[in-house]
Amino acid sequence: MLVIKDLKVSIDGLEILKGIDLEVKAGEVHAIMGPNGSGKSTLASILAGRDIFNVDSGSVTFNGEDLLEKSPEERAKDGLFLGFQYPIEIPGVSMVNFLKTAINEMRKHRGQQPLSASEFLKKMREKKDLVEIDSSLTSRSVNEGFSGGEKKKNEIFQMAMLEPKLAILDETDSGLDIDALKVVAKGVNNLKSPDNATIVITHYQRLLDYIIPDYVHVLYKGRIVRSGGKELALMLEEKGYDWVRNEEVKL
Amino acid sequence: MNTITKATTLKDHFLNLFRENAGVISANSAPFLNRFREDAIARVEQAGFPVKGSEDYRYADIESVFRNDLHHIFGPRNIDLNVREIFHCDVPDLETSLLLLVNGRYYGNGKQLNKFPDGIIAGSLARASVEYPEIVRKHYNSYAGKSKDGLVSLNTAFAQDGIFIYVPEGVKADKPLQIVNIMISDNDLMAQHRNLFIAEKGAEVKIVICDHSLSAHRFLTNSVNEVYTGEDALINLTRIQNEHNGASQITHSYSHQEARSNLTASTISLHGGFIRNNVFVTLNGEHAENHSLGLYLSDKGQYIDNFVFIDHASPNCFSNQLYKGVLDDFASGSFNGRILVRRDAQKTNAFQSNNNILLTDDAKMYSRPQLEIYADDVKCSHGSTMGQLDDNALFYLRSRGIEYKEARLLLMFAFAHEVIQNIKVEALRDRIDDLVNKRLRGELSRCNNCAMQCG
Repeated sequence: MLVIKDLKVSIDGLEILKGIDLEVKAGEVHAIMGPNGSGKSTLASILAGRDIFNVDSGSVTFNGEDLLEKSPEERAKDGLFLGFQYPIEIPGVSMVNFLKTAINEMRKHRGQQPLSASEFLKKMREKKDLVEIDSSLTSRSVNEGFSGGEKKKNEIFQMAMLEPKLAILDETDSGLDIDALKVVAKGVNNLKSPDNATIVITHYQRLLDYIIPDYVHVLYKGRIVRSGGKELALMLEEKGYDWVRNEEVKL
Repeated sequence: MNTITKATTLKDHFLNLFRENAGVISANSAPFLNRFREDAIARVEQAGFPVKGSEDYRYADIESVFRNDLHHIFGPRNIDLNVREIFHCDVPDLETSLLLLVNGRYYGNGKQLNKFPDGIIAGSLARASVEYPEIVRKHYNSYAGKSKDGLVSLNTAFAQDGIFIYVPEGVKADKPLQIVNIMISDNDLMAQHRNLFIAEKGAEVKIVICDHSLSAHRFLTNSVNEVYTGEDALINLTRIQNEHNGASQITHSYSHQEARSNLTASTISLHGGFIRNNVFVTLNGEHAENHSLGLYLSDKGQYIDNFVFIDHASPNCFSNQLYKGVLDDFASGSFNGRILVRRDAQKTNAFQSNNNILLTDDAKMYSRPQLEIYADDVKCSHGSTMGQLDDNALFYLRSRGIEYKEARLLLMFAFAHEVIQNIKVEALRDRIDDLVNKRLRGELSRCNNCAMQCG
């Protein structure tokens, strides 16, 4: 589904990603872990199409097509979703208008008719229940005045509505209490299917108690320094990131 | 010195125009309105025309829109048309009492003044000054007459008619009164009408003014509104400026508010080549509340200028100015908002905010907030912003599959909606939402079957 080969990325001449290789197949859940400043969020942003970075070399294909030459909206229509670490507040744009526009743009892309008002509301009700988002939130402006937890739940809600093939969740767990964390994890697990895949980016192992990854990758200083199964996350939790740093010194 | 010579020429032109036509002007108006003309033209002679760069007209080039070759219609109406046939308002569900103003004159189809069962009187100001002299006398030129602006005096000297609306004490108008102000002519034309709106103690009324131009000529309007909001009265006044881009419009609004009155006046400027709106509000009684709102969407070479002056003459009053605009292409504009808090106006709450989005490097906006405070126990704030659309918000929308162009529109629309949501006539608010949406999309924002292709 997603194939990243030797991806090197910089911003203002500063190299942030120094050669990333990663392959994600349908049905898989990958966790990318790493200390602050290791390049996790840059990787997420570059995949979603943020244009403040320079791709120096390497390639990314999504379902066989070159991802990097596409605009953010084309990527979204192809089925890529980014759950933002810091969701943006957009006063004046209602959640309903926002989601309706997004869904119908995607349907148009797939050659489908736009959803009718009642179909849309029905879908919204179903997905709201799925991610346990407070009903009143969807009648407000996008993220405006939402608490940290509500914003993160709203990301999962949008993911549920848009039904992406590949969801990249950028530190969706940061700043969440344990109850909100469970809700987010439940949402992700409920949406899991053999046809889609998820990349969970996180600093802590905590989230991985609820979302069980098939693979764990450790990102450090712009490189994936280790990959393994879910036990790698437990090892990190036990030994801390210093262990990775020491490993690197040995390398 | 060049500008002064030009101003003198312009002034002389209008002084001559008045001298040559004084008889016709008076003969086709009403005796009461005629009483003010000589004094007003003397004031024009004294004050002259506003000069660009002067304190109150810093950026507005008034001289550029006053041309010597504009026609004037002072005689009996020489237009023979069925306005109701060429114009119909298609705002859905907007049930209003329609008042037509054609080239500055009330167009009543034979009936110059309407008296509704609830006591509301609406129609021609000239006619009202004859039938209800005691009402008109009390208010006409009482508020605008104090102005030192030569353009206001010019209006007083030339104005022959306009719309008169009277809502008696305690009467709550059950449907909005809609004034459709049309410019239509066979040649380039200037018109100066005069409106007088009165809401007596405890009265409530919603008034909508729609400015349109129905023929492809250069038009210039120099109009004055006087608005009296009595004690505990409530007026919601919405003006939609949608003339074509060859038309110029200068409006002067003088509002006088008594104790506990509430006036919300919104001006939505969609099209029009040159627009200058002067808004003067006097809060004359305690606990009066004023909301002055403006939304302007300008592109190409449009010029939009809002000048607002709120005079807190009494304690415990509230005022809020909210002006927002989107400027595209090489459009330019100005906002000047002044709050005056007089020495005795303690416990004043006065707020002002002007936010602008400039879509191109060539679009220009000048914003001048001014506070003049002589009382010591007041709460005042002002803020002005210039900016582009938020890149982070744009990326967020695009990352959900929304096209760049659509994402921009969503953000601009959201920006504009803050002003629109204050409009209290629901059907009109929805319609304005729709018009603004179309305007932002660059589609023609016609709200009638107007022949003009603005845009």
